[in-house]
Amino acid sequence: MNTTQRIALYQARDALRSRWIVLHFLAYLAVTEGMLLTGGASVKAVVGLVNVVLLLVPLVSLVFGVMRLYDARDFVLTLLTQPVRRSALFGGLYLGLAVPLAVTFAAGILVPFLVHGALGGETGVRVAALVGCGVALTLVFTAVAFLVAVRQADRVKGIGLALVTWIGFALAFDAVVLLVVTAFAQYPLERPMLVAVFLNPVDLARVLLLMLLDAAALMGYTGAVFSRFFGSVAGLSVSVAALGLWTLAPWLAARKAFVTRDF
Amino acid sequence: MMLVPAHEAESPLVRMDGIEKSFGNHRVLAGVDVDLHRGEITALVGPNGAGKTTLIKCLLGLSRADRGRIEVEGRTVDPDGEYRRRIGYMPQNPSFPDNLTGREVIDLLREVRGGEEPGDPSIRRLLGLEGELDKPVRTLSGGTRQKLSAAVAFLFDPTLLVLDEPTAGLDPVSAAAFKDHLRHSKDRGAGILLTSHVMSDLEALCDRVLFLLDGRIRFDGTLDRLRDETGQRALERAISTLISREAA
Repeated sequence: MNTTQRIALYQARDALRSRWIVLHFLAYLAVTEGMLLTGGASVKAVVGLVNVVLLLVPLVSLVFGVMRLYDARDFVLTLLTQPVRRSALFGGLYLGLAVPLAVTFAAGILVPFLVHGALGGETGVRVAALVGCGVALTLVFTAVAFLVAVRQADRVKGIGLALVTWIGFALAFDAVVLLVVTAFAQYPLERPMLVAVFLNPVDLARVLLLMLLDAAALMGYTGAVFSRFFGSVAGLSVSVAALGLWTLAPWLAARKAFVTRDF
Repeated sequence: MMLVPAHEAESPLVRMDGIEKSFGNHRVLAGVDVDLHRGEITALVGPNGAGKTTLIKCLLGLSRADRGRIEVEGRTVDPDGEYRRRIGYMPQNPSFPDNLTGREVIDLLREVRGGEEPGDPSIRRLLGLEGELDKPVRTLSGGTRQKLSAAVAFLFDPTLLVLDEPTAGLDPVSAAAFKDHLRHSKDRGAGILLTSHVMSDLEALCDRVLFLLDGRIRFDGTLDRLRDETGQRALERAISTLISREAA
């Protein structure tokens, strides 16, 4: 086990004993169970969970991420006075939060489906897609949270910036896209829209999920274009790679800032 | 008994040459030259904003000096961090993960050092910490966290100890035990850099005083020399006299 893994293990142990992470698990468990009880153990329940996941996962990852790093600031100083490379410490801190968040999210969704015996066949594949996208968004937005917390030393400003980031990705981006679509309604916008999807990981996950849930018809002609792109193996691979890039870019930027900054 | 071979004892434990550090337009360290030696307790004193914390952070590699060179046991301060293997640090505000126990914190530090075994555990016993090590940190009082921080600083038999307000929050019995242990470490050859606003601690412990003002060392000498130069017996008065002189 290397230094990053050792630090991640202890950080994860600390995170998993926190009451907030338990609440995080229970919240997804309750919402999923509610969907299953009201919508039945079917694809409908998965569709119902899509918006919950797309809104909650980025918010929780951003807020938990920045608060966790601010709370750990003094202990980080203690670790930095050990013979440890800063990059290894950063990796350990990131994994020590992102992995417990992803695991408790996945467990909160999967356990009710498992209990209801609804993880087989078509529903199982769609639940897996939902969990996969949620885990990817957890990794993306925990990295964004670390970028915010490392670059902004002031805790209050950092939390504010994290919330603004969430509003930007989860709400404002769609509003801007909608404005553009309305303003240029007479032009063919399917291809620009396809490009716009890649500029926001939340939208990327949303479109991917809608395609995988066979809900493209809800999006009209644009849906047909998206369906052609995301329905192909190449399109799917590009989308998954884009989500990977969305994780890697903020993670690398945050790591660079962590390695070079004054504490 | 000395911890280090005689040839190492001759060279300074820490050598700082021309350390400069600015934050924006604010120059915090304006060329600090100082050596720290084995078997010596050095007090770093100065008014708030004098640059004490920044100097300590530069020494520990937490901040990078804009100019100058720092060597610890002949090794240049670098991002690798290996030079920190024999440094023990006690911060002013000790903080540990809330949901880990003290013993897990110690295990974590041991593991990030590649499984290095802790050295002399006597400070844990002296501070009465053994019975608290299996409790989650969040349940520990401020004083007990300070004791844990002391235990962490001494954990791997450091040759250089950097202590920032080490007795703040300690009860009188623990503070006395801590100071005894500090003297013991000094006698074994450790070099100790200490900042504190508790003047009685500094008077009781220190062999040497570094007075920092506006980012420069304005006095470097023994307590007796400081008393002679200022004509003041009490350290607090002596430092006030130094500040007044510099301001004049």
